[in-house]
Amino acid sequence: MRKLVDLFSQNKKAQLLLFIVYVAVTSLSLILAQQSVVAFLLLLFSILLLYFLKLNTKAKWIIGLLIVAVLIPFSASQGQAYESYMDVATLVGIYCAMALGLNIVVGFAGLLDLGFIAFFAVGAYTYGIFASAQASKFLHFGHFPLSGESFWIFILIGGIVAAIFGILLGIPVLRVKGDYLAIVTLGFGEIIRIIFNNLDHPINITNGSMGIASIAPPKIFGIVIANASQFYYVALAILLVVIYIVTRLEHSKIGRAWKAIRDNEIAGQAMGIPLVKTKLTAFAIGASFSGMMGVVFAAKQTYVDATSFTLLESTTVLVMVLLGGMGSVPGVILGAAVVTILNLQVLTEVSNWLNQLNTNGVISVPDALSPAKMQRFIFGLLLILFALYRPKGLIPAKNQKYDANKLKKSTTKSMYVEPQVSNDKKASGGSEI
Amino acid sequence: MLAHIIQTLPQVIVDGLTLGVVYAVVAIGYTMVYGILELINFAHGEIFMSGAFIGTTVLLILSSVGFLSSVPAILAFIIIIVIASLATGFLGMGIERVAYRPLRSAPKLITLITAIGVSFLLQDIVRFIAELKTGNYIVSAPSLFNDKIHLKTSAILPQFGDALFKSSFLVVLIVAIIMLVALDFFVNRTKWGMAMRAVAQDRETASLMSINVNKVISVTFFVGSALGGATGVLFMIQYGTIDPYIGFILGIKAFTAAVLGGIGNIRGAMVGGLLIGFLEMFAAANLSTLTHGAFGAEYKDIFAFAILIAVLIFKPEGLFGKAVVEKV
Repeated sequence: MRKLVDLFSQNKKAQLLLFIVYVAVTSLSLILAQQSVVAFLLLLFSILLLYFLKLNTKAKWIIGLLIVAVLIPFSASQGQAYESYMDVATLVGIYCAMALGLNIVVGFAGLLDLGFIAFFAVGAYTYGIFASAQASKFLHFGHFPLSGESFWIFILIGGIVAAIFGILLGIPVLRVKGDYLAIVTLGFGEIIRIIFNNLDHPINITNGSMGIASIAPPKIFGIVIANASQFYYVALAILLVVIYIVTRLEHSKIGRAWKAIRDNEIAGQAMGIPLVKTKLTAFAIGASFSGMMGVVFAAKQTYVDATSFTLLESTTVLVMVLLGGMGSVPGVILGAAVVTILNLQVLTEVSNWLNQLNTNGVISVPDALSPAKMQRFIFGLLLILFALYRPKGLIPAKNQKYDANKLKKSTTKSMYVEPQVSNDKKASGGSEI
Repeated sequence: MLAHIIQTLPQVIVDGLTLGVVYAVVAIGYTMVYGILELINFAHGEIFMSGAFIGTTVLLILSSVGFLSSVPAILAFIIIIVIASLATGFLGMGIERVAYRPLRSAPKLITLITAIGVSFLLQDIVRFIAELKTGNYIVSAPSLFNDKIHLKTSAILPQFGDALFKSSFLVVLIVAIIMLVALDFFVNRTKWGMAMRAVAQDRETASLMSINVNKVISVTFFVGSALGGATGVLFMIQYGTIDPYIGFILGIKAFTAAVLGGIGNIRGAMVGGLLIGFLEMFAAANLSTLTHGAFGAEYKDIFAFAILIAVLIFKPEGLFGKAVVEKV
């Protein structure tokens, strides 16, 4: 048996064949069963299987994109639950991008940010205020609401505004001790929520606890993107851009500097890394991702109010990062997908099922224990268990392997020698010249 | 405007003192743990909350068996506070043993993450126990001390208004001061206190001096958590209604108090707590008059946070702390 498994793990063709069969079976069952959550989840699971296949990266990307962009929307569109599936998939995309942003702060730079949702809120309100009639309540020039075409620019604006907030918060805190960051961001998350919830007087900026309604949906080439199945592609496109940026950043100079100060601050400093600047960059970039996704969130929901931005949300994103593996891009995507689906699909389904059992009188589970209410319990437990027993997460981060000889050859022409990174220790120890 | 401020001053002082001592005792829990482990114990606010709930449970049980009517309120109060503080003390010790000790050599980030996990777990466990038993997670406790006391401060200065408070205010104040004095004595005058200070200074050298470091850390958690739990009872006595989420904001404010006084410094935490309490009550009473109605009392929570940021910018070592130079 063992031999067979070994043989299988070497054989590319057999793997690919089995994978295709798996995808075909799950998508067919999704088409035929019309409203099967299980089939939908199993089809999404195929992306994870794809990650572990022994194929080259390009082929994996192409197959993965085909599944995500064509197969999943197509097979889901055959049932009545199409929009709700796409809604979940869109939110998975949004949370993946957010978790990747937090991954830069927590996973790469090792700074614990417990108020990450505040930047999300900043982004959401930035778009919400200007894309609804709200802006005309305190600005006396220009025509509001702005049209849906401004959405694409606002993705950038939301990111920049959130980054500014991140820098303003980071400057006082990052100058002193790193531990304070956790509690200051925790407080900041709460304060932003209180401010947004009360800023309807003296000037009505956020419409207070009423929230901002009827936000313009995005528009492209005159097409209004209003339902979830269309939004799915927007979220997917943004997620791809974010993945591209994050993977490029990870192995860049700044990315290596982040990991160095995470592993040993003093050693990193001794190697000439500007500590505050590097931390602040991580903080600002992470915040800007969160802000961008906030804009998308506001446009998708067409309504924002302060209740969507509680500490629970911040912790949810943190659970995604820790569950998947801090510092590991594929891990964080997996973590975000698992937590979002758990949150939106599994917990509500189980609660409904238990409710049904209750009404049928099979067993009686008190309302207080209904799984949909147990998010804090589940997330708290996940945080503790993973931190204690699997701090590297489901897919641990791998450091890029460098071939020392190749590097030497490529750099003999220039005076500068690239740092030679082969394992954790050397990454923290810095360059060997 | 000034007349209004002066008129409300006695009431602000009374309320600020109540809140301030609560913050002070909770802040001590943060400062003790930070002093000894360099860890922000996020779960401390939740230990405070658990103390309030345990206290309420005991109170409800006592009143249901008719014990409450047969003994003076103060005796019942002492029983409640002792049970609650013992329970939370052991709870704190257990949390340290299960969630923090295995990670003592791990990166600090991981320990902070477990701490936030423990805090979430406690919130929800208390939430569903309360909801199972009473059907609602917001619980109101029967009040023990109900007499209203009218302090004629207007007799001292005609500009002052009168201050009004419940007799529970006196209980809270006296008990909190007793706790603060006892703790100060414990840390500075007893053998265990000395061991604690030694471990805080240098864990390895302390262990060479035949101090059982693990035991000292356990005792620190026990004392800090017991104080936190007892404060929870005081809070419940004073304010009546509690819910599983009271520990969160209160925890942040108490931590601010600890930073303001200089983290690791116990007397600093006391002063910091009192200051934050006064400022918050002052803001709640006067913010709306000071800004001509632009900002109301709902912004009072922001004060603690603004203070935290200001302290970090201008005096990161706090009012009474010493600036620490990191040694390599």
